[in-house]
Amino acid sequence: MTVHTITVNINGEDELVEVPGHWTLLQMLRYRMGLTGTKNGCAGGECGACTVMLNGAPVNSCMVLGVECDEAEIITVEGLSQDGQLDPVQDAIIEAGGVQCGFCTPGVLISARALLDRTPNPTEAEIQDALVGNLCRCTGYVRIIEGIKQAAKLQKT
Amino acid sequence: MTKTDTTTPPSPVGESVPRLDVLEKVTGAAIYTDDIPFGPGLLYARIKRSPHPHAVIKGIDVSKAEQLPGVKVVVTGDDFPKRIGLYLVDKHIFARERVRFIGEPVAAVAAVTEDIAEKALDLIEIDYEPLEAVFDPVYGASKDAPLIHPDLGEYEVPNFIFPQPGTNIANHFKVRRGDVENAWKDCAKIVTAEFYIPHVQHVPIEPHVAVAKFDDDGTVTLWAASQSPFAQRNLIAQSLGISQSDMRVIAPFVGGGFGCKAGVTMEALPVAIASKVKGRPVKLLLTREEEFYTNFVRQALVIKLKMGCDAEGNLVALHNTMYWDGGASTEYGVNITRAGGYNSTGPYIFQNVHTDSLCVYTNHPIGGAYRGFGMSELHTGIEQCIDMLAEEIGMDKVEFRLKNCVKTDDIILTGMTMHPTGLSECIQKVAKAIDWGQKKKPSSPNKLRGKGLALMWKAPSMPPNAGSSAEVKFNEDGTITVGVGGQEIGQGTFTAMAQMVAGVMGVPYDWVRVRGPLDTRYSPYEWQTVASRLTWSMGNAVVAAASDARKQLLDVAADHWEENPDDLDIKSGKIISYVSEREMSVKEVGVYGLPNENFEGWKGGPIVGRGNFMPTYVTNLDFETGQGERAVVHYTTGAQAFEIEIDKETGKIEVINAASAFDIGKAINPELVKAQIEGGIVQGLSSAILEQMILKDGAMQNPSFVDYRIASAVDIPFNHHIDIVEVPQDDGPWGARGIGEHPMVPSAAALANAIYDATGLRLEGPPFSSEKIYLAMLDAGMVE
Repeated sequence: MTVHTITVNINGEDELVEVPGHWTLLQMLRYRMGLTGTKNGCAGGECGACTVMLNGAPVNSCMVLGVECDEAEIITVEGLSQDGQLDPVQDAIIEAGGVQCGFCTPGVLISARALLDRTPNPTEAEIQDALVGNLCRCTGYVRIIEGIKQAAKLQKT
Repeated sequence: MTKTDTTTPPSPVGESVPRLDVLEKVTGAAIYTDDIPFGPGLLYARIKRSPHPHAVIKGIDVSKAEQLPGVKVVVTGDDFPKRIGLYLVDKHIFARERVRFIGEPVAAVAAVTEDIAEKALDLIEIDYEPLEAVFDPVYGASKDAPLIHPDLGEYEVPNFIFPQPGTNIANHFKVRRGDVENAWKDCAKIVTAEFYIPHVQHVPIEPHVAVAKFDDDGTVTLWAASQSPFAQRNLIAQSLGISQSDMRVIAPFVGGGFGCKAGVTMEALPVAIASKVKGRPVKLLLTREEEFYTNFVRQALVIKLKMGCDAEGNLVALHNTMYWDGGASTEYGVNITRAGGYNSTGPYIFQNVHTDSLCVYTNHPIGGAYRGFGMSELHTGIEQCIDMLAEEIGMDKVEFRLKNCVKTDDIILTGMTMHPTGLSECIQKVAKAIDWGQKKKPSSPNKLRGKGLALMWKAPSMPPNAGSSAEVKFNEDGTITVGVGGQEIGQGTFTAMAQMVAGVMGVPYDWVRVRGPLDTRYSPYEWQTVASRLTWSMGNAVVAAASDARKQLLDVAADHWEENPDDLDIKSGKIISYVSEREMSVKEVGVYGLPNENFEGWKGGPIVGRGNFMPTYVTNLDFETGQGERAVVHYTTGAQAFEIEIDKETGKIEVINAASAFDIGKAINPELVKAQIEGGIVQGLSSAILEQMILKDGAMQNPSFVDYRIASAVDIPFNHHIDIVEVPQDDGPWGARGIGEHPMVPSAAALANAIYDATGLRLEGPPFSSEKIYLAMLDAGMVE
């Protein structure tokens, strides 16, 4: 088991991380960096609870090796708010009531942020498509979708 | 009875205040069990599971596994001879002598890494001799079936569960009311039907995880994703033969429960393993594949119905036989069978009822509690039969339901008198919302359009004396911490409890904190977070505790002002006197008390309010007839309807409109109630259209999210009209009843009735997949 030392920017901070070669990015974030906001729901790339932004694109962090992230930029749920100011997607999902058990929420928020970064005014269908990889068993998605619609409006103002 | 009339405005009760737990949850700060660090001493457990549905264990050799470097302990059933079980005590933590389902734990390894533990599993050698297996509950209940539990007669069992030794029947619940055989002649129309509702899985996004540690002082600590920390403490302590006070369960946020994290599920495994490596925490995190079939499932149901009504459309007689596929052992299954039995008419009045509800052992995964506790399955049968009978007698299906549904003061099938209920209002509301009676044209010639409706009732299914307790404590700054033992599993119970405390105490909502983790060492006792019972039961305890704290505050203030406490009130966090018009903030009194004049001594002290609640009026039911004065505490009732289109070329269902109405007594937080209903209907539709555990010779064929689809964001674009009906519960806080499970109970039935309306076809049961519907249309010659 080879341990690699990589440089990675996580939530705006440059970090030097020692990561075993077979570890996923999810394992690296949770076990090395203490960033437990990113959740493990299936470890198979199927549920989206572990979604993070890797160089601006949403990925299932359970399907990426940690060592692949050398020189990469990663944003996790912990990095969405800045100086105590919530990101509009966080504010809006609270306002819409789109949080229940909260286990899918970090992944949902990252997918939403990535969507609004590339499509500031998404249609409902585009929101649904962006969330298709984020399974939620509690909410029925109704208020999550509503929240993302509101976030798009919020960030314009 | 608890007093809830002490609320003074402005009260947050009935207001849609924001959830208490959202900031933690949107920032990633919320801690779930898998997020807790345990340091370098942590050991990782993996489980060796049975590959056979039914076999004798001839021998187990763990010597090679024990020698693998990094392995700390290997355990088998030989290490744990005592049985465990929630009602019927019918299983072992690790199989002994025989295995009864594919996935049953047979042995386990704890090692310094997960990889080593996994490798060690391959080194465990087990010699099996396969036995004939049972996969069909109807066959399983017959005399021809091989016995899965030959020792059934020796198992411990509570007095309301009736196993039949010498058979595979783990519980037989009967209702005998009136004279069904003679009543058929009074019927103008009779319908018979049989349905099969397959196994489904709960699928919380957070997999089961538990960590256990034995300390040298004899205490045992369990950290678990748990709906039931107190029930786990009790059952595990009993099984280990230790005091409940030495067994500590710590339960942080739960990432979805739906019943699967109730009772003791996989938590007993790390506890058992940890008992052999004292001082080391042992963690077991289930893989998603294990999550699908090694855990408790929603057991399948075969339901055979015969139902008749007179010429005027009055229901007369019901014959209902239910074969529940209880699985290899029964955990909750026996009590689901009981609930299925005493609710077996659905929310309708029949003078003549003959019900046999049978929990049958099979070599399938173990049946457990799943949102609805048998009611979705039961109603999927009953509500289709009601539709069929209405059509036979030539009555409108809504009119037929309004005529026959349960109403206030009706005597229901168990002999209990129905409390005030707004079911009729619910029916009228969904019928109106869905434009019942107006048949719309399909949106294209390739489509068929239809509407369907179903009712539901559900009572909390629990022991008669399931109790709650709560405490209300002040902090130095005047904020209030509420101690509860009920779990926040996403439903919003912490928020509702804070609203109730603020409402009773007359303080602003944002002064009140309800936070986890639950900890059986410090949290007040709560039976379990199940049965949609917290708003009502824990709510009553919280109201009592808040009333107690309020009284203490007013007594101190009255003493201080030399006034009568009855003349005082608390509004917006201020104690006020209606007599002297004096006022002071509760913050001045909450912890430090008040100084006497000139600081000559003090009065008061830290305020601690305490309260409890337990229903005292539930009676047992007669074994032969299922009759008793009061079977349950209360019923939440409701109705749901769908308008759908079916694509003739693909068989795909598209839900166009949906309507739900539930009588929940009082909405403490209307938006949270609506959120439950929205989530519930989607879970209900997901189970009705997409979900089925495909079991072949006992082996699940689709244990992944790819092969076992649940509803995703693209599956749900439909209009959903929601009405909340509020006919108060006499012993609920502000009249409230639960709403957690109910929204998904009528969904499959209402959808089946809509499919019939669109196609004229009745299918054997869900899931109503595109393939199944298309093939049924093909068979019927509707498509080519």
